[in-house]
Order: sequence, then C-alpha cells, then structure tokens
Amino acid sequence: MSAPNSDYDPVEVTPLHPDEVARVTREALEAVAAASTLADLKQARLDHAGDRSPLALANREIGALPPQARKEAGQRIGQARGEVNRAVAARTEELEAVESAAQLAAETVDVTLPVDREVVGARHPITTIQELVGDIFVAMGWEVAEGPEVEAEWLNFDAMNLGPDHPARTMQDTFWVAAEDDAPEGSGKVLRTHTSPVQARSMLTRTPPIYVVCPGRVYRTDEADATHMPVFHQVEGLAIDEGLSMAHLKGTLDHFAQAVYGDGMTTRFRPSYFPFTEPSAEVDLLCYVCHNDPAQVGSCRTCGGEGWIEWGGCGVVNPRVLVACGVDPERYSGFAFGMGLDRTVTSRYDIADLRDLWDGDVRFTEPFGVGL
Amino acid sequence: MRVPVEWLRTLVDLPAEVTTEQLADRLTMYDLKLEEIIGGGISGPLTVGRVLAISPEQQKNGKTINWCRVDVGAQNEASVPDAPGEDVPSRGIVCGAHNFAVGDLVVVSLPGTFLPELGFEIGSRKTYGHVSDGMICSTTELGLPDDETSAAGILVLEPGSAEPGDSATELLGLADQTLDLEVNPDRAYALSLRGVARDTALAFDLPFSDPADAVTLPVGEGGYPVRVEDPEGCPVFTTVVVTGIDPTRTAPDWMVRRITQAGMRSISLTVDISNYVMLELGQPNHCYDRAKVSGDIVVRRAAAGETVTTLDDVKRTLTPEDLVIVDDSGIIGLAGVMGGASTEIGPETTDVVVEAAFWDPVTIFRGERRHKLPSEAAKRYERGVDPALTLAGAARVAELLAELGGGTVEPGATHVGAVPASVPVSFAVDLPTRISGVDITPDFARDVFERNGCAVQVDGETFTVTPPTWRFDLNDPYDFVEEALRSAGYDTVPSVLPTPTGGRGLSRNQVLRRRVGHVLAGAGLTEVTTLPFVGPADLDRLGLPADDERRRQVLLANPLSAEEPGLTTTLLVGLLRAASLNVSRGHDVVEITEIGRVFLPSPDAAAAPIYGVDRRPTPEEIAALDAALPYQPQHVGAVLVGERERSGWDGPGRAVAWSDAVAIARRVAGTLHVEVQVRAAQVAPFHPGRCAELVLADGSVVGHAGELHPAVAAEHGLPGRVGVLEIDLDQLLAASPAIGPKPSFSAFPVAKEDLAFLVATEVEAEALRSTLAGASELIESVRLFDVYTGDQVPEGQRSLAFSLRLRAPDRTLTDADIKAARDAAVQAAATHHSATLR
Ligand SMILES: [Zn+2]
Repeated sequence: MSAPNSDYDPVEVTPLHPDEVARVTREALEAVAAASTLADLKQARLDHAGDRSPLALANREIGALPPQARKEAGQRIGQARGEVNRAVAARTEELEAVESAAQLAAETVDVTLPVDREVVGARHPITTIQELVGDIFVAMGWEVAEGPEVEAEWLNFDAMNLGPDHPARTMQDTFWVAAEDDAPEGSGKVLRTHTSPVQARSMLTRTPPIYVVCPGRVYRTDEADATHMPVFHQVEGLAIDEGLSMAHLKGTLDHFAQAVYGDGMTTRFRPSYFPFTEPSAEVDLLCYVCHNDPAQVGSCRTCGGEGWIEWGGCGVVNPRVLVACGVDPERYSGFAFGMGLDRTVTSRYDIADLRDLWDGDVRFTEPFGVGL
Repeated sequence: MRVPVEWLRTLVDLPAEVTTEQLADRLTMYDLKLEEIIGGGISGPLTVGRVLAISPEQQKNGKTINWCRVDVGAQNEASVPDAPGEDVPSRGIVCGAHNFAVGDLVVVSLPGTFLPELGFEIGSRKTYGHVSDGMICSTTELGLPDDETSAAGILVLEPGSAEPGDSATELLGLADQTLDLEVNPDRAYALSLRGVARDTALAFDLPFSDPADAVTLPVGEGGYPVRVEDPEGCPVFTTVVVTGIDPTRTAPDWMVRRITQAGMRSISLTVDISNYVMLELGQPNHCYDRAKVSGDIVVRRAAAGETVTTLDDVKRTLTPEDLVIVDDSGIIGLAGVMGGASTEIGPETTDVVVEAAFWDPVTIFRGERRHKLPSEAAKRYERGVDPALTLAGAARVAELLAELGGGTVEPGATHVGAVPASVPVSFAVDLPTRISGVDITPDFARDVFERNGCAVQVDGETFTVTPPTWRFDLNDPYDFVEEALRSAGYDTVPSVLPTPTGGRGLSRNQVLRRRVGHVLAGAGLTEVTTLPFVGPADLDRLGLPADDERRRQVLLANPLSAEEPGLTTTLLVGLLRAASLNVSRGHDVVEITEIGRVFLPSPDAAAAPIYGVDRRPTPEEIAALDAALPYQPQHVGAVLVGERERSGWDGPGRAVAWSDAVAIARRVAGTLHVEVQVRAAQVAPFHPGRCAELVLADGSVVGHAGELHPAVAAEHGLPGRVGVLEIDLDQLLAASPAIGPKPSFSAFPVAKEDLAFLVATEVEAEALRSTLAGASELIESVRLFDVYTGDQVPEGQRSLAFSLRLRAPDRTLTDADIKAARDAAVQAAATHHSATLR
C-alpha cells in the first residue's frame, strides 16, 4: 500500500497504516500457530486478540479518523481481527483434539484382564434335549404330555398289554413300591419302567385324534456303572387317529431324525417284539457322523462301523392297549415309539461314562451353557 | 438261541454261496435278530498232539513251567534234541499249565495258527530258555464254552478220541459257525432248529420239510401207563419206552459238537439225546430210569408242604400251584421245570421211559419263578411248545436211543390228552395293507400265512386264518399283519408324515418351568440332575427332627441299596451330595440347582388297584389309581457355596450369604409373577436365625431360602456360609396368574423423601417397609437403603433407613401433599411398629 491519499485528512495514524496492520496481524497469526497447548493459545489470544492487543488498540483509533477514512481503516482492521479470530478458533479445535486424544491414550487398559467375576450358570443337557424334542414335535402339531414317576402298576404294565404272567414283564427290572403294612398282594405301584403309562393316561384323558410326546425319567433296577444307571430318560410318542399306519410312524421318525440331526437323515426298521405294539420294530438311525458312507463307515467310532445306530423301539399300537385305554380299535389305529435320551447325549457329546450325567460335577454341565 | 450253521444247513437246503453273514442279516430282518456269530475264525495248523515227556523247570520268579516233548504226527520235526525224553520226531513246547500228564491228548497251535481269542498268529519263540514251537491250548483260547476244565488250564481230549497229527479244527468243529440269535418272547417256535429252519426257508423262499414229519410215530397202545389228574395244567402227556440200552455208550462226536455249539454240555448218551431232540424239534422231554419208576406215572397238583429233591440235589417245598409228576414212591419230577433225583438216569440204566408233554405255559412260568429254577425246558414251556409234537418228540428220543444206544423201542406209546384246538382269527383282507402302510395283496398275505403253517379261508373280503399248533403269537388280527409285513420286508415301509389337525403348543406350566430354568441359569446357577434314592442317614445328615414330615418316605420293596431304601422327600439331599462331590474335587465356587420331583406319601395311601384290560376303567376307577399314588410335586432347589462374586484385580469378591438364596427364590417367584412375602422361620436344615419362608397371598408357605445350618454344612464338608433354597414349584406355578402384570404409571414428577427410623430389633424390615408402602396412596415405592446398629442407636433397637418415592397419578405434588404423605408414613410406622423418626 502507498501512503495515505492526499485527498483525505493528512493525519498520519501509524497503527492504522496498512503495513503496521499487516505486521501485527502476522505476529498474531504466528503466535497462534506457535501455541502448542490450550494454555499457550489462551495467552496468544489475550496478547493478539484481547482488549489490549495492537489490533484492538488500532481499532480504537478509527473513531478519530475523518469520516471518509473510517470505512477503509475499519475494513482493514476488521478483516485483520477476523483473520486472527478464525486462526484462534481453528487452533483451538486442533489443540482440543490433540489433548483429548492424549487423554484417551492415557486411559488405555489391558483388555485381556479377566472379566469373569460374575458366576455364570448353565442348564443340564438332559433338560435341554427334552425341550428340543418337545419343540420339534410341538412344531408338528403334537403336544407334550407328562405323568407321575411313581406309577400305578396297572398303567405301567397291564394297560400296556403286559399282564401279570406275560414273559416280557420279567424282561424289565422293576423297582416296586413297598406295600403299605406289608400287604402280601403288594402296593400295585412301581417306579415307572418306561414313559408308556403317560401314553395310557393320554388316551384315558383325551379324545382322538391324539398326538403326544412324553419325555421323562424312568427307572430300572440296574446298578450304576459306565453304561447303566437305575434312572434314565426316555421320550415316547403316541399318535392315535383314523387311518394311521407303520408308514406314518416311519414318516414321523424320519422327520424327527432330520430335525435333530439335519437333512438327509433317515431311519430303518428291523422286526422286533413289544407287547404294546404289533407289528413292532426296532428303529435304527443312519449314523449321523459317517452317514454310512462307504469311504468313512469302516473307521467310524460313533456307529462302530455299522453305518446305523440303534435308536429305539416302535410299532403300531396293539389294539389290546387301545381297548384297555378306551379307544375304539375299529375306528382308530395308532403308532408309538420310544427312545433313550441319555445315550443320545452321551454319544453326541462323546461322554464315556453315563454317571457323569448324574454326579452333579459342575464341569459336566458348564460347557453346555444354556443350550446345546 | 444258538444255532449251529452246519446243523441248520442239514434241515434247509440253503445255497452254498449264501454266507453265514448273509444268512444272519436275512434272519435279523425276519425277526430273528443276530446277537453274534460264534466261531469260524481259527486258521492254520491247529493240531492234536500227544504229550511224550514233561520236564518241570523252576523259574527265578518262583513259577514252574513245563518243557514238553509233544508228538504231532505228520507235523513233527525229525529231531528236537533239546526237548526232554527220548529224541524221537516231535516238537518242543513250553507250557505254563499243569493239568496234563504224559500220554494225554492235547490241542497244539503250531506256528502259523491264528486264534481269534488271542488276536494274533502263533509263532515259534524263545521263552524260558527254550524255543517253544507253538502252544498247548486251553478251552478259552480255543473259544470253546467254559466248563469245569477251562478253569483248570489246558484242554485234555478224551483218550482215543483222536490221533496225533489230526486236525483239531475239524475234530472240535472249530471251523463251524454258530448263530447266536435273540428270540423274542412271541417266537417260541424259534427256540428250536425246526423253527429257525422253517423261517430260514421262508426268508430265502426255499421249500421246507418239517423234521418232525420225518420221525416214525409209534403205533398203538404201549409206552408206560400214565394218569393225568390235571388236564388243564397238562393237556397232553406221552410216554415211549426203550429197553436194552448199552449204558457204556457215549454220544457220537457230531452230536456232542452240535449240543456244545448250541451252548449245552455233553453229559451222557441219554441226556445228550434228550437235549438234542429238544434243540432239534423244540420238544423238551425227560428220561426216567424205568427200573426206578414204580407204578403208574401220575400228573397232579402238589399238596402244600410236599417236598421233592430235584436233579440239582436241592430239596424243594411245594405249593398247591405246583404241577408234579408222581409214581408210587412219591414225587419224581417238577413238571416242565426239572426232574427228580430218585428216577435219574444212572451209569447202570438200560431201560428208559421217555416223557414228552405239553404243559400250561402260565403254570410253568410261575413255577419256574417260584422255585428260581430257570432251565432250558422251562424257557421253552413258558413261552409255548408245540402241543402236537409230544408223540414225535418222544419217538425221536426213542429212535436215537435205539440207534446210538443199542436199545430197542418198545412198541406203541401212551398218549394221554388232546391237542388244544387252534383258534381261527378273522380280519379284513386289506388289514395288512392298512396297518403296515405297505401294499400287501391278499394273495401275497395268504401265501405267507400258509407257508407259516396256517390254514387260510377267504370269504369275500375276509380272511379266516387258523394258526398252526406251534404258533402262540398269532391270536389277533394285527399279529397276522406283522407276519405278512415280515415277509414283505420292514424295509419296504414308506415314509409318510402324518398331519395332525394342530396342537395347542406347550402347556402353560411347561412354558413356565422352562422360564424358571432360564432364570436360574441367568442367576449364575448350574443345573444338575441327582438320583432320588435316599435313606434315613441322609435325612439325619440334614438334621431333620424325628417328627419332620420329610422323614416319611415312599419306600421301595427292592431298593438297590439298603442304605437308600426309599425316594427322596427333599431335593436338598441330592444337591448337598453333589455340592460335597464338587468341593471334594477342588471346586471353590459351587452354585448348583435342580428342578425335580420329590415323593411324599399320601397319608391314607392304599394299594393301587389292578383292573382288567377288556375295557376302559371308569372315571372312579381312574381316580382310585391316582389316589393311591404319592404326591410327587416338582421342586426347585439350590445350594450355593463359595463366592457369589469372585475376587479379581478390580475388587474383592463377595462370599455367598443367606441373602443370595432369598434373592434367587424371589427372582423365581417374580418371573412367574407370583407375589411372595418372606418372613422368618425355623426349619431344618436351615440356620435357625437365617431362614426365610416364602408365603403366598393365601398364606400358604411354598418354600424356604436362607443359610444352611453351619453344622449341616460341616457335615457335608462345605466351607464357609452356604446358601440354600427349596421351593414347591408346582405350588408356585399354580399361583402364577394367567394374566400377569398390568403396567400402570404416572408421568407426573416424582418427589423423594428419605426417612430413618429407630425401631426394636425384632421388627422385621419387610414388615416396616410394607407398612410405609401402604401409608399413603401417594407413596409409589419404598426401598430400604441402610441398616445400622451401633453407638448412636439404643440397645435392642436398630436404625432402618428407607427411600420413599412419592407421586400422584393425576397431578404434580404440592409441598402440602408431600408433607401429608411423609407424616402419614411416620405415623403408620409409629402406630404399627413403635418406630420413631431418627
Ligand atoms: Zn458311523
């Protein structure tokens, strides 16, 4: 800029001289840029943009100028002050970010420290597998039925076509409830040897069509060892409707197998004998590990090289059972099936000793969490 | 049932290319399930040897081994200079057993022999300072059935039964295979070669000729006089007499081998023949020494207290239910179960009365169990023996006694009684298809029935089928469905998913129980399942008083352990056992729970009635069944040991306290939307001053929670303070409202007031809290935030501080409102609990 125009009042005011304004502005910007902390910046702002700063002082001179000179001087000082204020704001933001980052960095923790102070719970796999089975059948439109564990002999045996002299009755090692006052005819009560009495109860209390599954505890007089327990769990199913056949039994078991073990699963029937079904079959499950694949089956430990795993017993409900339970065998037919759940759990999760399910060692249940 | 394959093949003309495995697979699909294939795995030079010399040598380990020279005929080495005795052609073998002598015939597995029982091939090996050229075998090593000799050591053959160098594999039938079949109770006929052969012929679609038909039946009267006084128990009784048997004769090798393979022992010619015929035809039979029988043979029921000494030399006392065979001397046999000792065949017996009878299966079944006398004969009789077979069975025994024993069959037979008529069964011709789901044509079904021995009539759409005498399992129409399906193949059943009309999902109780399970897991508890068998000692360990209801158990007639004679009445027994186990295995934190049944005898329980099965019981009858059963509610229990919150780098742990158990109990009730009040109680096994009972709105107590009595904890080896709870879950579920919470709240501002009271120590915090909560409608909630006893509080009192939240549903509270509510609270506390504001 050149010297003040001679048209204006020839009063020379040094602080308003463009060179001087440029100089103090430059000094201010340098000071702002040089500030490395918010405290430094605050000082720089006081020094260069505060009430006593050169630009503030220069601003006060403007009032003394002749009116025609005020505009230009005002613009010059205003621009300079604006420039300094923007620089301060920008630097404030920068320094705040830096200081915040430093603060956060100082708060760094070791995220690998243990965080397990709360005790974590878990549900027993026998509970969850019973729920799983229940859910599968409920999804098919069935219901889950329950009954007592100390059961009437008539419901456990007689109603199931296991009369007092039936040879098959001795195949099951039954816990008998002691007779009241040692009555010689016995108590008429047993610890149920299967969940079949729940089937009988379902037929006695419901009207066909009946589609129920009965998971639960059952009892046999086996001493506890790695592969036997006096108490174990079963699920049985019963369907009573018009026109049911072995084919519907097969369809139901195939569907059940697929729901538990995945697509492609299937079952096979082998002839067998149960007093409560006729025809009766044993049902094998395709090995869910090797799928009876010739390349794998030979070395499969799960099925022992058989390709199939024994799953349970089943058949068409014996009409004698229907009669005892008040279902008209001329109109209705039905099928029933049953399988052990404990072995399902032990074989699926490689548990060598059945007693592990019953000891209550928390290390057994904990890995299962709240679901299988 | 053990079925020697060689024997089976003589009865049915099975193609040679059918392997034993294929045979077994087919029979398995024919309801004769293979258990295992026995035998057949031995290969290599298994040879008969004669022991020429034995040199016992004491070893450093104290054991004496026998260094032997054995003659193995054609398998001999020219010279074995090292072996004892004269160096003739032989082999040198080291043997550890001692039950044989010079001159004995033994079985030698020469190098190269594979014995499946050992799982490896025998080699020539250096042992105890000699080169042993093979091994002298025991019964066990050969895979033969165990008998009294197998315990003694090696198998010594009958003198003269073979020559050194003979193949022992052939001699002992070790190449033969035997099927061990599981015969279901309904297929009694398959407990014989006759029955298995018939099914084999059916399964392979081969012709079958019944071996019973090959027996020449005696004609006319003869035999031994018989009188049957109980035709119901003994519908048919047959005798045939054989005289002049040479008692020195023994059964031929082929017979001994078949009997042995079938799992029985060779005893004497007569007994072996008797067993052979039972195995062959399925007709159990009995041979009496004719010289020892006096007068007529009579069949009758026993008188109470009569006794008989059976063949096993046990004197047995009889009941009027027992069916016995008597002669003039008294009882000579327990019908169908076991013969008597007085008429037993002996070493001098030359004349024999052969008995073959048909006994009532139920009578035999009960008798066998009453006398705990399971036998091969009873096993068959109780399931059902062909009643039409007695004559052929007795004649077959006689025929073999004549042929192999040199005897003479006396003409004729005594044949008393009549074969019960088979009952025809009628059913629709399409029943097999409808029930099996497999398309089974009437022609196919008819063919199957006929080939099984049935007589079939077709009348329009109805079959009338009369089963053969040997089938006890064809009584109902569905039985014939199974028979038809067995032939059509169980593997042909199609897979059709039924489509129920729609269920109602899980019951509300099922849903709620699952919810409780999740809440317990969420509270940090690990679920266990425990055995319900419990005894008085377990209840003692809980410190239950003598009159505690939980000491009344449901007792078992046949418990596994005398220490645990009954079922549990509390889940805490099992849970504390489990907690002890965990602690003993080194776990510091054990917080476990169980949902399970307890068994509480109903006070006036009677025996549960037994009804017939020809109709549905009436509702009253069903109610009587249920009334006889004990109350079996599901309970939820928990035991907490160790820290509730573990100590860590960020703070100290918090030990389990009584309050944790109460908190969990309340959480369980809360998740079911059941209002429970707690109040102090004194109940075993709880700490007398730290037990809360949980009370429903109707005043009934649903359970207890708090601290385990320290003595009980110590008794179970549990460290520190132990939290326990047990709740009757069934009762709690019953109290769960069908419609749960109804949220209702005000959007107006809250006012907060804190009040601290001085109150007598006996006043329960909950009582004071609920008084405050009910003091004014404006009091929204009251929460205790401090309990203090100490210097500033007089003796016998404590300070309880509560925070009150005040709010109105319809307006902002004024200072006057707040003061009024506060005053009401203070007033109520004073009135009901003599509490003073601090
Ligand atoms: Zn497999």
